[in-house]
Amino acid sequence: MKAGVIVFPGSNCDRDLAVAFERAGAQVQMIWHKETELPTDLDIVGVPGGFSFGDYLRCGAIAAQSPITRSLIKHTERGGYAIGICNGFQVLTETGILPGALMRNANLKFICKPVGLKVETTDCAFLSGYEQGQEITVPVAHHDGNYNVTDEKLAQLRAEGRIAFTYTDNPNGSTGDIAGVISKNRRVLGMMPHPERCVDEMHGGTDGVAMFRSLVDSVVAA
Amino acid sequence: MKVRVDVMLKTGVLDPQGEAVRHALGNLGFDGVEKVRQGKVIELDVAEGTSEEKIKEMCEKLLANTVIENYAIQVL
Repeated sequence: MKAGVIVFPGSNCDRDLAVAFERAGAQVQMIWHKETELPTDLDIVGVPGGFSFGDYLRCGAIAAQSPITRSLIKHTERGGYAIGICNGFQVLTETGILPGALMRNANLKFICKPVGLKVETTDCAFLSGYEQGQEITVPVAHHDGNYNVTDEKLAQLRAEGRIAFTYTDNPNGSTGDIAGVISKNRRVLGMMPHPERCVDEMHGGTDGVAMFRSLVDSVVAA
Repeated sequence: MKVRVDVMLKTGVLDPQGEAVRHALGNLGFDGVEKVRQGKVIELDVAEGTSEEKIKEMCEKLLANTVIENYAIQVL
């Protein structure tokens, strides 16, 4: 499997994400945001965490206008796989690839700690390695992770089984305790917690491994 | 030509920062502040004759996130 990781000025989880992909067996290339086209042979594109463009204007808003992001939108429209983590999730909502918006945490604090997540669906390539309802522990590190959607949209996400994870103890005020959502075609995942920060015993946990592994297995099999 | 764009959270979207400011005003002894909403003011210096349509496009594409924010354009 070939994975690409987009790098914006201010990205800081790009190398962690690359390592997580590599450990799962993917070949990884880093892609600078000024590139105008993604390599055509990529199976998945990762949008990493960090503080792209210093979080100016709104988190992810400027990165959503980067040249490479236009190519990313086309990639997802063609049915390509993508994952956005933390700032990457913010970028995906700013482009409209995923619904909703991420606002300042309800308690206004930067939250950096391991949190409990409940796996809400296993019906997608990212989540097939978990059990439905399984509780896992994954670190969060964000100031703007308060997921906001309208009641209507929330009902739609629930009906379509597009909530990937919920927090077991909501740290940031997110609507419906939502920690991650998937796209309508189930090939794009956005989440605030950092699965790439729990893929090694030395990280203090390995609950993220199943995500990268099942992703590589599903995409290679497809 | 100077243009001012006000960006505010939509009614109904909780504003944790506004709420914190309201609390702080209360702590300072300012009674009766029932609600505070915090937004952004963006001033643009654009070419003379730039159409309101163009400014609107700027707001929709970048300046505001219309999922959670409203904007108001004012030519100064």
